[in-house]
Amino acid sequence: MIVVNNLYKSFGSLQVLKGINEHIKPQEVVCVIGPSGSGKSTFLRCLNLLETPTSGEIIIDGKSITDPKNDINKIREEVGMVFQRFNLFPHMTALENITLAPMKVRGLSKEEAVERAKELLAKVGLTDKADVYPDSLSGGQQQRVAIARALAMRPKIMLFDEPTSALDPEMVGEVLAVMKDLAREGMTMVVVTHEMGFAREVGDRVLFMDEGLIVEQGTPAEIFNNAQNERTKAFLSKIL
Amino acid sequence: MEVLQSYLGHLIKVLPQLLTGAVLTVKITSLSVFFGILIGLIMALGKLSKNPLLKIPAVIYVDFIRGTPLFVQILLFYYGIPGLILSITGETFKIEPMLAAVVVCSINSGAYVAEIFRAGIQSIERGQMEAARSLGMTHNQAMRYVILPQAFKRIVPPLGNEFIVLLKDTSLLAVIGVEELTRKGQLYVASTFASFPTYIGVALVYLVMTLTISRLVNWTERRLGVSDRRE
Ligand SMILES: Nc1ncnc2c1ncn2[C@@H]1O[C@H](COP(=O)(O)OP(=O)(O)OP(=O)(O)O)[C@@H](O)[C@H]1O
Ligand SMILES: [Mg+2]
Repeated sequence: MIVVNNLYKSFGSLQVLKGINEHIKPQEVVCVIGPSGSGKSTFLRCLNLLETPTSGEIIIDGKSITDPKNDINKIREEVGMVFQRFNLFPHMTALENITLAPMKVRGLSKEEAVERAKELLAKVGLTDKADVYPDSLSGGQQQRVAIARALAMRPKIMLFDEPTSALDPEMVGEVLAVMKDLAREGMTMVVVTHEMGFAREVGDRVLFMDEGLIVEQGTPAEIFNNAQNERTKAFLSKIL
Repeated sequence: MEVLQSYLGHLIKVLPQLLTGAVLTVKITSLSVFFGILIGLIMALGKLSKNPLLKIPAVIYVDFIRGTPLFVQILLFYYGIPGLILSITGETFKIEPMLAAVVVCSINSGAYVAEIFRAGIQSIERGQMEAARSLGMTHNQAMRYVILPQAFKRIVPPLGNEFIVLLKDTSLLAVIGVEELTRKGQLYVASTFASFPTYIGVALVYLVMTLTISRLVNWTERRLGVSDRRE
């Protein structure tokens, strides 16, 4: 589903990704963990070209997204993204946030888009918030709308960049619950997270990143109970 | 007492003329701000573009207009350009004062509006563009549906301010004989020498107009603020 070959990314003279190789299978839930500044967000953002890789190749669903011949907007339609700070459109209601891209990008009629949006709002448990503006929603509710907004494009892959880090602790659970449902339904997911409980329970695989490289990877059991690499052990001992 | 009476008499006599002038002032200002918004939007997008063919002309235009006085721009356009055409083609060329007024004021306003738009667009958090793009929208779609509608709300107060500034600056058009408010006053003074009551009248009419506009802007601002109170 996602193949990454020799991915490098620099910001000016700062080298952030230093040769990432990774292969993510359909329906796999991959959690990315690692210390702050290790390049997790940059890696994730390269997967839908919010950051342009300096070199290397990324293939999504058989199409090279790093090949300039391919239309990046078409590829992004298949890759949903959920941000740490939600990034809902503040001038639109929850429903309008969700219907905008399906109408403008996928060409759905208003009725179709609204129907789909209502299904998704029900799925994330916010049926009664359809006509509410983002600033009247709690953080957890905003993030659930943001997930619904991404899902409305019917993506094949969902990327999550610390989706619960900006939330008050009592709201983390409701967002993780939505993500668990998605994983159960077979969505291919790449999740940058500090929620080790989520990674352990839902993740098929855990990638540990440090200083721009995937230093170690394995099943949650392998990583959390039996890490081999010293840096992984040091990181886990600090946070567990 | 007599002085006061005579002043009042002049004021009453000149007022209808001033109001005719004020109508023209508002017309020129409205047209110019309207075209200025169109020009300004294009120039702001040009300034924010990565393409040097769009960016460089926009930067030069904005710098030139904002770096030179409107008075000089009026003289340059109304007298300078026909002069240039005369020396190149040998034909006399005259621009309608009213047309010149709207063209110069639109071009002038466009540069200030461009800066207002640019600041407004840049004040929208980067995550908004990223969220829109991550949903598969093109840059233009993201601008149109996500960035500009948010920017417009923040732009209303400075845009209202630009309207007020331009309204006052159209008084400079008196120099090319456009019979707007100030020129009407001048004409009355020329025949009556009643400069004090006339110019006080002129000033008061400007004041009424600018105060009205700033109230209107405040009201619009409050109405637009409904959907995102936090900003
Ligand atoms: N647009 C940018 N311009 C310059 N430097 C950047 C940019 N984005 C990220 N960086 C730098 O790249 C490095 C990696 O950043 P990144 O956001 O990928 O780390 P992270 O692993 O996600 O960290 P965190 O856990 O704090 O989110 C950091 O040193 C950061 O300062
Ligand atoms: Mg990050």
